[in-house]
Amino acid sequence: MTLQVELVSPERIVHSGEAEMVIARTEGGGDIAFMAGHVPFIGILAIHPLRIIAGDGSEEMMAVHSGFVEVSGDRVAILSDVCEVQDEIVVERAREARDRAREAAEADPADEKAERALRRALVRLEVAGVTE
Amino acid sequence: MPGAEERVLRRRIGSVQNTKKITRAMELIAATRVVRAQMRANEARPYAETLTSVIEDLAAGGAEVDHPLLREPESVDKVGFVVITSDRGLAGPYNANVIRAAERELMASRAGGVDYSLVLIGKKAGDYFRFRHYRIDALYTGMSDKPAYDDAREVADTVTEHFESGAVDKIVLVYTEFVSLGTQRVRVRRFLPLETTTTIAEAGAPERRAAFEFEPSPPAVLGALLPRYVEARLYAALLDSAASEHASRQRAMKAATDNAEELILKLTRRMNQARQDAITTEIMEIIGGAAALAEHKGSEEDLLLDELDWTEPFPALGKRTFFAHNPER
Repeated sequence: MTLQVELVSPERIVHSGEAEMVIARTEGGGDIAFMAGHVPFIGILAIHPLRIIAGDGSEEMMAVHSGFVEVSGDRVAILSDVCEVQDEIVVERAREARDRAREAAEADPADEKAERALRRALVRLEVAGVTE
Repeated sequence: MPGAEERVLRRRIGSVQNTKKITRAMELIAATRVVRAQMRANEARPYAETLTSVIEDLAAGGAEVDHPLLREPESVDKVGFVVITSDRGLAGPYNANVIRAAERELMASRAGGVDYSLVLIGKKAGDYFRFRHYRIDALYTGMSDKPAYDDAREVADTVTEHFESGAVDKIVLVYTEFVSLGTQRVRVRRFLPLETTTTIAEAGAPERRAAFEFEPSPPAVLGALLPRYVEARLYAALLDSAASEHASRQRAMKAATDNAEELILKLTRRMNQARQDAITTEIMEIIGGAAALAEHKGSEEDLLLDELDWTEPFPALGKRTFFAHNPER
């Protein structure tokens, strides 16, 4: 049995397809993997890459910047303001954003906005496959 | 002078024709935009629907919490109005309808001794309320034509802040609902406080759902979810209004094009008649002139020579020769 995965942004359905397993990270709960038949679940997503593993074992990674995940039966719905697929990410821009956010975060450790921006940039880079 | 009226009419027809070209172009543009706006509204629907279903699940899971966005005010001293209009005119009664409904609501609440606060979207609403010296708390322009989710978030943030800080006790949304291409309806709806989760749930599917697991906890999920819900609702209203604007403009411009066509036809008929009249008059004048000439032909009094005899440039009076009658020449 496969999972029906839907990535929904406020403006449109970004991605819709089948998968074997979806791995996400929830706020305060750590990583959680969903397979078909999972207990109905609703969680807040952390700023973290989302991994969708297809039936043939291939893996797709997406940058999901907060949002929600709703699992019921064999359907996974991910609601997110911003979700980016690997090839949508501009590495150069993400790198710049990371450096900028890092500077701001270092200058003012209480700056939550900068810290979130930094985390977003890091997630983007991770999804894009940039390690340094 | 014959032909003067014709010239005036010809010029008017030209100008009406130009206007017709413009209105026709606007009609066609609006037509494609309606389709696109409708498509965007449809694309945005899954998000709002899933969000609503999550709230339903929460309600079914018994997560009734005391969230600021759900808190019913004890007394309403100040009502905030969010009015969605367009930036551009020439959209028929679209803006006027929304503005009228908003002003009526505002007057009604003022008559009840309730203060108001205005958050306006679209240049048209801004112009109207500013001209009448209403207090405007916020004005957003440049987003009503093709609203993006970020626009909705910006407005929702402002409105939510007004509400949560207690500056206003209730927020009413005035917008245009897109029913179909032919029908758009002005809606005045309560925006904040939100209906309690149970009432939101009742509006949706009534069947009881399976027990959900929540992470981190139902109140936390609800707390994170409700602001998104507010944004999604505002976004839906913006999209509906945009589709309505374009539909309304398309209709108005179609009517204008049809009117221009009719006017051109009428003016063309009048111009043809005027031209015919002018021709008739001219013919009459020529005939009249010819008849007059024929009558006076060869008169001694006629000092104007039809042709000059160069052999005798200055003939004595009474001895004139008319070469026109000389067949040998």
